Amino acid sequence: MPRITFIAADGTRTDVQAANGLSLMQAAVNNTVPGIVAECGGACSCATCHVHVQPDWYSRLPAPEGMEKEMLEFVMEPQPTSRLSCQIKLSDGMDGLVVHTPKSQY
Amino acid sequence: MKGTCVIVGASHAAAQLGPSLRESGWEGRIIMIGDEPHLPYHRPPLSKEFLAGRKQLADIRIRPEAAYRKAGIEFLLGRRVTAIDRERKRVRIEGEDDLPYDVLALTIGSRARRVDLPGTGLPGVHYLRNISDVDAIRPGIRSGAEAVIVGGGYIGLETAAVLRAAGMRVTVVEMMDRVMQRVTAPDVSAFYTRVHREEGVDIRCNIGVAGFEGHGRVEAVRCSDGTCLPADLVIIGVGIVPNTELARAAGLKVENGIVVDDFARTSDAGIVAAGDCTWHQSAVYDRWLRLESVQNAVDQARAAAGTLCGKPARYDALPWFWSDQYDLKLQIAGLSQGYDEAVTRGDRDHGRSFAAIYLKAGRVIAVDAVNRPPEFMIGKKLITGGHIVDRVRLADAAVAMRDLLTAAK
Ligand SMILES: Cc1cc2nc3c(=O)[nH]c(=O)nc-3n(C[C@H](O)[C@H](O)[C@H](O)COP(=O)(O)OP(=O)(O)OC[C@H]3O[C@@H](n4cnc5c(N)ncnc54)[C@H](O)[C@@H]3O)c2cc1C
Ligand code: FES
Repeated sequence: MPRITFIAADGTRTDVQAANGLSLMQAAVNNTVPGIVAECGGACSCATCHVHVQPDWYSRLPAPEGMEKEMLEFVMEPQPTSRLSCQIKLSDGMDGLVVHTPKSQY
Repeated sequence: MKGTCVIVGASHAAAQLGPSLRESGWEGRIIMIGDEPHLPYHRPPLSKEFLAGRKQLADIRIRPEAAYRKAGIEFLLGRRVTAIDRERKRVRIEGEDDLPYDVLALTIGSRARRVDLPGTGLPGVHYLRNISDVDAIRPGIRSGAEAVIVGGGYIGLETAAVLRAAGMRVTVVEMMDRVMQRVTAPDVSAFYTRVHREEGVDIRCNIGVAGFEGHGRVEAVRCSDGTCLPADLVIIGVGIVPNTELARAAGLKVENGIVVDDFARTSDAGIVAAGDCTWHQSAVYDRWLRLESVQNAVDQARAAAGTLCGKPARYDALPWFWSDQYDLKLQIAGLSQGYDEAVTRGDRDHGRSFAAIYLKAGRVIAVDAVNRPPEFMIGKKLITGGHIVDRVRLADAAVAMRDLLTAAK
């Protein structure tokens, strides 16, 4: 059950705990974290689940692939640590993960 | 904001509206009434991973029960609202006492269009809109058995892909001269027809259905050209009808959907509506329309929440849609109706990646992108920016979409 912190554009922190195997997006939606709309429900088609991963965490996550990688090139407010949260599958190793939600998603 | 907000319908629009109301400061009760026995769930997987059995009910719930509980959102599920009494501000619920409201939201969506043909009542003939439909369809999915899909729209084609992957022999019968005729350019239809045929689906266009035959359950589909297709399973996907009866009977203004303004307000200032059931003016396309998409349900519901909380925000988002078939991820930005030219990128006749960019008077108005995220993502920017693009370079897949955006005026 990793604990994750979402930090909104205005600095508001939301701490959530989520089961292994869920996506990071689902963990956010389950806890109604503002800024993660996730319109396509995880189909990797909308990019409304875009997050900026805290830099020290970025390299510890499995790297983005295929469709996600391509989508990330064109998201609003891109950063080197941008990810689509629906493509990140949570595991125990992610306990303490911190991500930021971009301003354009409010 | 205090008082009771009653939300009728418990699906995509409602699942956004409830939490958005709280976010925007609604302090009173929020009660959601839905006639399906389920918490709001993602409908798109019903013709995709859920139909295929790769996802279960728990996987497609939009939010878990705890999230609603925490937000103080109450549910009356498996209950149907039969009337709205605007004078006394109450909704009538079948088999229950009337429920008073201070403000009301209609997120009652749409239903599958029914066909009136001999034999539609036979077991084995289905529509596909709700979980209960999929529950009825699933036992009929058997490798080697015959499936006939009536209607070559998104839902029909997605269903064809799932049933084919499950080993069924699949025929799609389409009345128009090509699949997805209502929403895409001929080249996109040709691309999809080719891929489905490569996958072994029999696509037949220009053919209507005259009826369904069988003894005790469906055995064949009789076509208008006299042919008879063997069928163990039939799925009819010929569009939807918005649920407007409730609003009409209550005297709200209804056209091809419940009429709402840019702030999701109906003709009654105390009632908002959002999602598939609304008829609204598109800010981007400057015309009245009804959309059938998750994007519309979600974004319009957010506008509705703002309106109810006295923080009106105009709904002017660009429409977008997606469709998954086999390994094809189709992303659609904008609405292509009324285009005067469709420029394509990629190879229509080979492979699995292709895009059509729809132009009107030189400006991009819509994009269909199959396995081509740059076309979709940059396409959205080209549309909202109202840019004039160089159509020769646009048609050259070697020119990056990003460069087209930079060069666009
Ligand atoms: C198989 C399928 C695949 C789809 N795929 C996609 C896709 O890939 N991408 C996409 O963007 N969109 C897709 N859609 C469309 C999308 O699901 C709809 O646009 C969306 O569900 C609209 O949400 P809504 O909340 O407006 O209405 P609905 O989802 O139609 O929900 C309305 C709810 O209200 C209930 N209701 C109606 N009247 C009453 C009443 N009087 N009392 C109580 N309850 C009532 C209904 O039973 C229903 O549960 C798909 C739809 C289907 C059926
Ligand atoms: S939820 Fe749509 S891309 Fe992640």
